[in-house]
Amino acid sequence: MTEPKALSTPLDQAASLRDNILITQVDKLIGWTRKNSVWPMTFGLACCAIEMMATGASSYDIDRFGSGPFRATPRQSDLMIVAGTVTNKMAPRVKRLYDQMPEPKYVLAMGACTVSGGPYIKYGYHVLKGVDRIVPVDVYVPGCPPRPEALLEGLFRIQEKVAKERILDRNRVGARPSLLVE
Amino acid sequence: MDRSTLFEKLRQKFGPRIIESDENGLVPSVRIEPATWPELAQSLRDDFRLDYLSCLTGIDRGKGQGLDAIYHVERMDAARLSISVRIRVPYENPVIPTVEHIWRTADWHEREAYDLLGFRFEGHHNLVRILCAEDWEGHPLRKDYKSPDTYHGVRNNVV
Repeated sequence: MTEPKALSTPLDQAASLRDNILITQVDKLIGWTRKNSVWPMTFGLACCAIEMMATGASSYDIDRFGSGPFRATPRQSDLMIVAGTVTNKMAPRVKRLYDQMPEPKYVLAMGACTVSGGPYIKYGYHVLKGVDRIVPVDVYVPGCPPRPEALLEGLFRIQEKVAKERILDRNRVGARPSLLVE
Repeated sequence: MDRSTLFEKLRQKFGPRIIESDENGLVPSVRIEPATWPELAQSLRDDFRLDYLSCLTGIDRGKGQGLDAIYHVERMDAARLSISVRIRVPYENPVIPTVEHIWRTADWHEREAYDLLGFRFEGHHNLVRILCAEDWEGHPLRKDYKSPDTYHGVRNNVV
């Protein structure tokens, strides 16, 4: 039996450390973990929801990007994917769901209706002309409906945003008022 | 029973109360006054077994010409008989007797026609909006309808 070789010289010691120690910033580490664990909320309002479901299913598999667990409650969600036409009747409910999500929270407006009112922009008396009129939107994904690839791209934009955040920048809290007067 | 027998019997029973009729159209149709409607509806269901109200729709004929409510009634057995009944009411006072006790489906259909065009179905047990929000104002499918500029403090119109 041979003795393990002692790290004799400082150079050997440094070489060994290179394989065992990772230097990073806390911000980057936390950003990396958070961005790979974005939990969306389970709700769909119209046809875009079908594409959102396809994004979650095996062909596109949103789980690959750490965003799989669609939560059935706003209390456990980080991301609100507003998938589909928001009617004036639905708007107060959407806003309430947003208000019930814990900070930090993100909103992805999916589809033409949610971005701007879409085909209902002129004669749709019953449609909210863009969900950004009631909640602050982080990423807009246009399309009618957007394909799953587009929704994934939107998720990546959210992830970029999450990864860049610094933990000391918590002025997000309270700085994003919801805009609807009940 | 075929179409011509149906019309013959209807003419015998209702006579001049049938204002217009079209026997040969894609769907045979009659036009009546609102006051005739409960009796005609009862007769259609019980005497002619037209037991399925498949559609209730409404038309705004433009200012001054009133609103039309159109009922499509049919039977689904081998006879395949159907008829559409048109009822014209004035714009300002669009009152039609309800038929929800004759065809159960009329309940929600009438609520929708009330919501979007403002028909008032007399005798309906719960005539409230079914599609628009409860506090919505106006009847959106009327030709003179203007959508509100704001709803609950949010701008509703783009321009």
